[in-house]
Amino acid sequence: MAFFLAQILTGLANAAALFLVASGLSLIFGVTRIVNFAHGSFYMLGAFVGVTLMDILPGHVGFWGAILLTGLAVGLIGAFVEIVVLRPVYRAPELFQLVATFGVILVIQDLALMIWGAEDRLGPRAPGLRGVWRIFGEPVPKYDIVLIAITPVILFALWYLITRTRMGTLVRAATQDREMVGALGVNQAWLFTGVFALGSALAGLGGALQLPKGGADLLMDFNIIGSVFVVVVIGGMGSLPGAFIAAVIISVLNVFGVAYLPQSTLVLMYVVMAVVLIVRPYGLLGREEVAGEHGQVGAPERPIRPYGARGRMVVIALLAALALLPLVADKFILTLMIDVIVFALFAASLHFILGSGGLVSFGHAAFFGGGAYAAALLVFHTDTPMELAFIAAPFAAGLLALGIGWFCIRLSGVYFAMLTLAFSQLVWSLAFQWRSVTRGDDGLVNIWPADWLNATAPFYYFTLAMGVGGILFLRHIIHAPFGYALRAGRDSPRQAEAMGINVKRVQFAAFAVAGAMAGLAGGIFVFSKGSVFPTELEIAASFDVLIVVFLGGVKTLAGGVVGAAFLTGVEDWLTRLEYWRLILGLLIIAVVIIAPEGIVGSLRTLWVRIRHIEEEEAK
Amino acid sequence: MKLLRTALLAATAAMTALPALADSIKIGEINHYKRLAAFAEPYKKGIELALSEINGAGGVMGKDLEFIFRDDQGDPAEAVKIAEDLMTREGTVMITGSILSHVGLAISSFANEKGYVYLAAEPLADSLVWSSGNPYTYRLRASTWVQAAMLAEEAAKTDAIKYATIAPNYAYGQDAVAAFKANLKRLKPEVEFVAEQWPALFKIDAGAEAQAIERAKPDAIYNVTFGTDLAKFVREGGDRGLFDGRKVYGLLTGEPEYLDPLGDEAPEGWFVTGYPWYDLPEGPGADFVAAYQDATGETPKIGSLVGYMTAQSIAAALTRAGATDSESIRAAFEDLTIEDTPIGTLHYRALDNQSNMGAYVGTLAVKDGKGVMVDWEYKAPAPYMPTDEEIMAMRPAE
Repeated sequence: MAFFLAQILTGLANAAALFLVASGLSLIFGVTRIVNFAHGSFYMLGAFVGVTLMDILPGHVGFWGAILLTGLAVGLIGAFVEIVVLRPVYRAPELFQLVATFGVILVIQDLALMIWGAEDRLGPRAPGLRGVWRIFGEPVPKYDIVLIAITPVILFALWYLITRTRMGTLVRAATQDREMVGALGVNQAWLFTGVFALGSALAGLGGALQLPKGGADLLMDFNIIGSVFVVVVIGGMGSLPGAFIAAVIISVLNVFGVAYLPQSTLVLMYVVMAVVLIVRPYGLLGREEVAGEHGQVGAPERPIRPYGARGRMVVIALLAALALLPLVADKFILTLMIDVIVFALFAASLHFILGSGGLVSFGHAAFFGGGAYAAALLVFHTDTPMELAFIAAPFAAGLLALGIGWFCIRLSGVYFAMLTLAFSQLVWSLAFQWRSVTRGDDGLVNIWPADWLNATAPFYYFTLAMGVGGILFLRHIIHAPFGYALRAGRDSPRQAEAMGINVKRVQFAAFAVAGAMAGLAGGIFVFSKGSVFPTELEIAASFDVLIVVFLGGVKTLAGGVVGAAFLTGVEDWLTRLEYWRLILGLLIIAVVIIAPEGIVGSLRTLWVRIRHIEEEEAK
Repeated sequence: MKLLRTALLAATAAMTALPALADSIKIGEINHYKRLAAFAEPYKKGIELALSEINGAGGVMGKDLEFIFRDDQGDPAEAVKIAEDLMTREGTVMITGSILSHVGLAISSFANEKGYVYLAAEPLADSLVWSSGNPYTYRLRASTWVQAAMLAEEAAKTDAIKYATIAPNYAYGQDAVAAFKANLKRLKPEVEFVAEQWPALFKIDAGAEAQAIERAKPDAIYNVTFGTDLAKFVREGGDRGLFDGRKVYGLLTGEPEYLDPLGDEAPEGWFVTGYPWYDLPEGPGADFVAAYQDATGETPKIGSLVGYMTAQSIAAALTRAGATDSESIRAAFEDLTIEDTPIGTLHYRALDNQSNMGAYVGTLAVKDGKGVMVDWEYKAPAPYMPTDEEIMAMRPAE
């Protein structure tokens, strides 16, 4: 019994930092609708700033004062980021802002490395709180008890702020109807800045408060972001009490998982999230998302048409140039182009469900990696000929997508995205932990193409044929009746249903097709690299492709392909430099601000504008 | 779209076409410089120190030795792409690098397929030279198996019967636990393992792990966690009295990378593998430490030592080869012997392409507010290896 109690106390203490960070994220999402990937970075900043301040300020007052000052400092940084980076892109399509926050992550990572150096910092102990108290004979660290006591105070303070103050009233109003709040004369811009600063400050506080139990290091931003999103989603996006309950549930379950199922540490919280979302699609205390959010922001969308004669000529010329490339380019350019084409096909497959279907998947790497693993497993265990194993890749990924889609497709918006993320984590952990089959993160190696393809130029042509074939296939579907039905379901599910379209079934089929095409890309990938590792299934891989689609332009046809080519090329170039993450981050932010419709979308807008000017001059 | 690509490719080409020193021999070094900066930076400084010494003494074959450092973001696929870039465009003659084992394995497989020489300096995975070994891959550091066996040997001397293990939940942690168990069971069949804890890498819930181990009431603990996981585990375990009256065996725990951040909270009495640079007797080992501190103003990590010896190994292999084609370099690494490295005579054996670099083992103590290894000893790897026949059976046929 005492052991149980001690475990619950440990769980509650762990919940403290998690709740602080998660409540900030939830608040930001609730008001601004921004999925803030950079939230973990503010947590990391909080830890580093806290360590620095605690070094300077001595004693009790210094310790607790440093924590408060950290919150303030990180809040100010948050406000700065909001004003400079996010304010210019609020009018962009939904979720586009997450690309900007991705740039912020990169910038903060390199700045933190520059300022604080590479070595991990151990957090200072809270003065007077070293050691344990014994509760029924079980040792419980004193600082744990303090954390357990602090958390409800902060929850209460936030609750008071939100429900009893004018600022809170405005925040709640903005959560419900942003435009109405603006129409009533509230300065929305400053409200958003304030909320973003508050959310960042909470993350910073969380980072500083956990110092006596841990420290500051350069990996903590990515290490916490997964669990923070899980907590926010389980609680219900935008709900503070929900975030609190979810933080407690996750933390306590984790502690019991460690005791009774030690191998479960990788996936437990994702399993919990998947179960919660399947039973309660909007989290424990979340509300259904306002229908039709998608496509409302920004100018009405122009219908997508197949390219005209001129567009086709350009594409044919481009393909011809690509086909002739091996005659002029050296081997590495071809290798790079193989990477570009593989990534472009992968991006196009996500773009297909995201752009035309309005289904934002945070777990698309499951299908890319799934395809790659399917082919690699066949070669590795059964010596299947490369040609057969390759064909298996899209089929296996398609089947996987059918399975995962069956659960996910009933959800929508961010909840759909998070459920795909949960499933992709399950696939990842399978590859990671089932070592007798997948060799874990030792990966599957020596997966090389058949002899007739095993040179750079032939494999390049193979990639070109498969990649371009896949991309054209997807585009063909977009212009077929199926694609129109898909877009109808995206723009107005109710009207689409009224016309006799089974929206969910169409989306389900599209999800499977996208999965199969991602698997095709994975199949090419594994034979071009000769090996596959669980890294291909990681959340980071899913985010990479998501960033690329947004960067290229969601509401365009070529967005995914162009975005992939852009990022692969830029990365190959920038990673040669010392502070490449800083430069890449700034570049992404710049692109986001200059081209809020994505690269292709903004070029198109520019083109249309120029042509209009010409026409007017002609008149 | 086409314009964009052309521009990008042109820019890439311009970046890489920068004139290199015509009279240098170039080595490609691929690492996770950003993702694992805490480990990669000292390693890079070790290489740079060795290069300045080698080139100061006239270089290799009358030319300067030059390393091209590239960042792979910790991604195996990216590393393979960079390897191709280095070998086909940058004019490097061989590849080295990687800290993470899985990235090392990806480069190794690629190197074997293309016939490039790869020296894996840091990766510890046993499979790199055994079950996934190949003729083109050589490895410098003592592997997981060997280091775990050294700890098991020490553990077998005590009368502890019940063991608990804690290791990060990925291939390295699992291999390290399996190796420790196999070696300890062989030496002392009556031991039992009463708890096995598997925290996710860098996401340890240290309080819960400490409670779970305490509940199993082991006589001794085997620890494989490192980095921030280690710091948290030491803190939570120490506070809760988990280590009182228990012997703890810590793999890599004594390496300055992990020990230094702990400061005066370093867990005293743990028996660990590590690198006691502060305590080395006069000789090449201490000379290296002094030179490193002179050159960088920092104390060396074990990564510094590995980086230094990597460059030394490559310079020696090139000198022995007398040529820069892959086949000559590969042949030169076979049974390569290098005198006077910081660990003494370094030798790459032909059997499995593994070097004879061993490990330092000792007991942790706190001196002047810092963790140090005392009563330490340098152990050569040979006695801890499986037999030659077993290794041959593991290695794929060549």
